[in-house]
Amino acid sequence: MALRPELEIISEWIAPGSRILDLGCGDGVLLKYLRDTRNVNGYGIEIDDQNVLQCIEAGVNIIQTDLDAGLSEFDADSFDYVVMSQTLQAVHYPDRVLDEMLRVGREGIVTFPNFGHWLARFQLAITGHMPVSNILPYDWYNSPNLHLCTVKDFEQLCTKKNIEILERTVVDQRHKRSLGMRFAPNLLGEIAIYRFRRGKKS
Amino acid sequence: MPEPFPADSVGLVVPKSIHFDEPLPLDGGKTLEDYDLVYETYGELNASRSNAVLVCHALSSDAHAAGYHHVDDRKSGWWETCIGPGKPIDTERFFVVCSNNLGGCKGSTGPMSANPATGRPYGPDFPVVTVKDWTRSQARFSDALGIKQWAAVIGGSLGGMQALQWAIDLPNRLRHAVVIAAAPKLSAQNIAFNEVARQAIRSDPDFYDGRYDEHGVKPLRGLKLARMLGHITYLSDDAMGGKFGRELRDGKFGFGFDVEFQVESYLRHQAEAFAAHFDANTYLLMTKALDYFDPAADYDHNLAKALDHATAKFFVVSFTSDWRFSSARSREIVKALLDDDQDVSYAEIEAHQGHDAFLMPIPHYLDVFKAYMNRVAEVSR
Repeated sequence: MALRPELEIISEWIAPGSRILDLGCGDGVLLKYLRDTRNVNGYGIEIDDQNVLQCIEAGVNIIQTDLDAGLSEFDADSFDYVVMSQTLQAVHYPDRVLDEMLRVGREGIVTFPNFGHWLARFQLAITGHMPVSNILPYDWYNSPNLHLCTVKDFEQLCTKKNIEILERTVVDQRHKRSLGMRFAPNLLGEIAIYRFRRGKKS
Repeated sequence: MPEPFPADSVGLVVPKSIHFDEPLPLDGGKTLEDYDLVYETYGELNASRSNAVLVCHALSSDAHAAGYHHVDDRKSGWWETCIGPGKPIDTERFFVVCSNNLGGCKGSTGPMSANPATGRPYGPDFPVVTVKDWTRSQARFSDALGIKQWAAVIGGSLGGMQALQWAIDLPNRLRHAVVIAAAPKLSAQNIAFNEVARQAIRSDPDFYDGRYDEHGVKPLRGLKLARMLGHITYLSDDAMGGKFGRELRDGKFGFGFDVEFQVESYLRHQAEAFAAHFDANTYLLMTKALDYFDPAADYDHNLAKALDHATAKFFVVSFTSDWRFSSARSREIVKALLDDDQDVSYAEIEAHQGHDAFLMPIPHYLDVFKAYMNRVAEVSR
């Protein structure tokens, strides 16, 4: 089964046999892949009817609910990982969602489009238009993205919330990594992928 | 000869009856010495007996879940929407069984049956039965059919609660529980509505403390009122508004108390049709079974504890406009299952029809239901 390269990176970070919660799990492809290849079980959360249907077809556990309504159905520390792929920027309160992720899970994994990528900066600075690209395919008026951020913004929020970043990868739209991206992730990375946990109490 | 029924219907069906003479102890302390269960089946049981599905019915329905009893029947079984060839509960894949619950008035032993002690109908002497009593009786029924394990036990409303009870009481006897438009127990408001319905029946002068049969009458006024009240709780404000609004039958006020608004006419018609073929004592019993339903009560009032030893996979479905058993109530079930790390999927269907939505052909509902049943079928071959 072909997995979106970004999900392949996430799945490499997830220990076999663990339990995960996938927030905004789409058609359930990551859950299905992890179940079939790594004995990883858990639940997906989705609001969209078509995605819920596809998850049921794929035979993954799916709970239809609105992420912005919180994860109150889940007890604290009930998952090894809480994953959110390409969804952080589309919820109403990303900061609260991060709190909820680390309440119900030991570790969190998120991916989001990096608004600090040079092409986005170029489009806004030079053409004067909101950036539109393969990873930001929407016009400003029909975009589901409510809270776009940059690599720097995200890391700043983590520091503020005492969230410890365990791993970071940035990739381009073909999900390739390069040396340049390692040194200037906020300028050259198109998609940011993070694994994190609650920071030690200071 | 042209096929008289739609191609996706199971067509002509014949109810069957099965007698049990082993006494059945009931939660209320009494014992049913012997009893009959009326049931219908659709589809074929496979050689390994692994494709059987048990459908549990709601408050006032019966074993006639799909198909037609006569060639000239205009009305099909109550879940024709979901049971038949190619439908969510696909009779080409599943052997579908539906039995009328004990205490019913559609063939299974109930208040209208003869009391062996007197030779007359039980009437009000029929013991109050619970959902647990029903699952107990259905376990024996399963034995009699030679079905060790159901591929799924499925139900909507009270039937959904029965499916939940199955998963708790008889964990090894089902692989999936499909719980639709249900709740883990009734709320005070739910019980209050039931009590008004019961009082409507019991205060009818023709009720005679339940012995109306001996007086050759039926408490029709009470039963109709009970049904009107119930019917209001099955629909949403939106559904009623959409269907009737404030439309007047004659286009103007009559300044009297005859039927004026279309909604009045509709409710009276529904009640009339219902009361003609339903028994008042059964109605009382069924509402009590609902009120008493609380599987968590046996487990320190902790639903997660009650469901902890369940081994079935669960599919829970609710409808956004259902205010009788709202989505929040279904989510209580889901939460308990999540606490137990049980396999569960939950779909919240956008629907304006209210509680009755579980009987309606709502495309997304049928799609997810069918998708889930496909998964059930894959391991049931």
